[in-house]
Amino acid sequence: MSDQKILELKDIRREFRMGSEIVRALKGVSFDVAAGEFVTIMGSSGSGKTTLLNTLGCLDKPTEGTYLLDGVDIKKLGRNELARLRNQKIGFVFQAYNLLPRTSALENVELPLLYNPEFSAKERKDRAIKALKAVNLGDRLEHTPNQLSGGQQQRVAIARALVNEPVMILADEATGNLDSRTSYSIMALFQELNSHGKTIVFVTHEPDIASFSSRTIMLRDGKVMKDSINENRKSAKDLLAALPKTEDY
Amino acid sequence: MSLLNLLRIALKALQRNKLRAFLTMLGIIIGVASVIAMVAIGQGSKQSIQQQLSGMGSNMIIIRPNSNISAGARLDATAVQTLTLDDVKALQKQASHLSAVTPLASAKGQAIYGNNNWPTTIQGVNPNYLDVIRQWPLKDGIAFTDRDVQSQNKVCLLGQTVITNLFPNGENPIGKYIRFGKVPLLVIGTLSAKGESAFGQDQDDVILAPFTTVQRRVLSTIYLQNIYASAIDEKSTTAATDEISDILRTTHRLKSTDEDDFAVRTMQELINTFSSTSQLLTVLLAVISGISLLVGGIGIMNIMYVSVTERTKEIGLRMSIGARGIDILLQFLTEAILISITGGIIGVILGITSARLVTVFLSWPTLVTEYSILLSFLVCFITGVFFGYYPAQKASRLDPIEALRYE
Repeated sequence: MSDQKILELKDIRREFRMGSEIVRALKGVSFDVAAGEFVTIMGSSGSGKTTLLNTLGCLDKPTEGTYLLDGVDIKKLGRNELARLRNQKIGFVFQAYNLLPRTSALENVELPLLYNPEFSAKERKDRAIKALKAVNLGDRLEHTPNQLSGGQQQRVAIARALVNEPVMILADEATGNLDSRTSYSIMALFQELNSHGKTIVFVTHEPDIASFSSRTIMLRDGKVMKDSINENRKSAKDLLAALPKTEDY
Repeated sequence: MSLLNLLRIALKALQRNKLRAFLTMLGIIIGVASVIAMVAIGQGSKQSIQQQLSGMGSNMIIIRPNSNISAGARLDATAVQTLTLDDVKALQKQASHLSAVTPLASAKGQAIYGNNNWPTTIQGVNPNYLDVIRQWPLKDGIAFTDRDVQSQNKVCLLGQTVITNLFPNGENPIGKYIRFGKVPLLVIGTLSAKGESAFGQDQDDVILAPFTTVQRRVLSTIYLQNIYASAIDEKSTTAATDEISDILRTTHRLKSTDEDDFAVRTMQELINTFSSTSQLLTVLLAVISGISLLVGGIGIMNIMYVSVTERTKEIGLRMSIGARGIDILLQFLTEAILISITGGIIGVILGITSARLVTVFLSWPTLVTEYSILLSFLVCFITGVFFGYYPAQKASRLDPIEALRYE
């Protein structure tokens, strides 16, 4: 694993104007994330977690401060350039999966590549199949979301996040809709991807989930309260194996 | 984004909502189908009127005596007799735009053969009336000649209606003697069926005979009812009309202040009058159907708006994975255009089919023109762009953060 910095945040501030009041969601957040890290960002609601996530995901720009994503300063970019950055450098995983209904897993995974003119139809398909195989769904290519379980749907969403080979996977409460068993298997998948060198930033409010990551950043009141390396990182795969099998289905 | 990808994305989005897409299309389908069918009906009736009028001889010019003032009272045109054979001769000699001139004397009376009789009209004409002016072929037998005209021969040609009524048993009339009033006439030929004129007259209810025979033997007069002429071609009818006026004014020795004591009518004028009437009909039908197309367009706009709201989350997702505003705009615009164009294609097919059905079952003449198809397509495309643009723009301007969190 290299020490190349994927994310560099320097004194990020974000203010919203709500009528006459100014709400300060982020009050100077600074941290770096190196390639290959598995970072969880934790915090209770109102801590600025969502605003930080939007900023990291290039959906929003900070009012002040600099944010470099893979060396690119996003402050200088316009709406369309941000869209391209999201397309090529970030893979989003959402709590609600956000798959297109009545659309096959394969087509859902191909979606980001459709917005990248560099890919031919064949390349798109090959890449999507590869990504689905990476999340162990190689046999569910033609299934539509309503034919898949919650865990499987989230796997499709992860495949979709992987397909563009982004520098970072940004997950927003990715296990929030899943039961504990399924969320362990999803976390096991994230850990597996991380072990292959993928940088993962995982936003959550569950301390349980944070214990699977290599580093935890705690937010409170718009500031970084704690930034610590997880010494005794748990393996989701082992936990999954330890669960009694009779609970299956 | 490439056009192909755009089409792919829009098609997939429509496939996810097939029924809705079809119902939206239905407005356009009905609109286009009715435009095509209505214009086809309008154009068809216009064409058939034109054909009927042309069937009477599109280059034909009719000269009739005009009503004139006699001792202060305007007389009916039939009561005045201002046209003579001298006029015909003058026209034949001097007119350069005419290919044929014939006097026409006509009389009503009873035609009799054996036990059968039939009230009809006998028309005395020169031989060129048939082939040049009316372009009316014989069905059987031979036509009378200039020699028959010179010697006032008692020969005649029978129209089909006269034949059915005088020879109900299907006898061959050629070689038989019929009587018109008291005059016996030898049938030397039969006329092909011409059908009804544009005015509803039965053109086959006629007996044609040499002009002199009718004038001298039937009518006993030196005046003519009409002069029929034929212009060289359709374009020269106006020039021919002016020429006729000049020649007749000279032969009638009219002063420049005098009114014409004759009237010149061309078939072209009639055709134009009828054409403009049916053109008006076509426009009217097209406008009415155009309104249904407009309603269809509003339907598209409505559904696209609903679709944008319903798919807010999808739009948010697409933006978060790299779709630019323009990509979203083009996607929704393409969906709208696809709906309207597909509706247009189905509508054209349906319109042509229903025009055919109208012809087959109601025996109304219809004519599907290329321009009405082209126009419908253009209108469909414009409808799609126009009514799809605002919903698409609304979609493209969504904030990805809010769109993603939209419930």
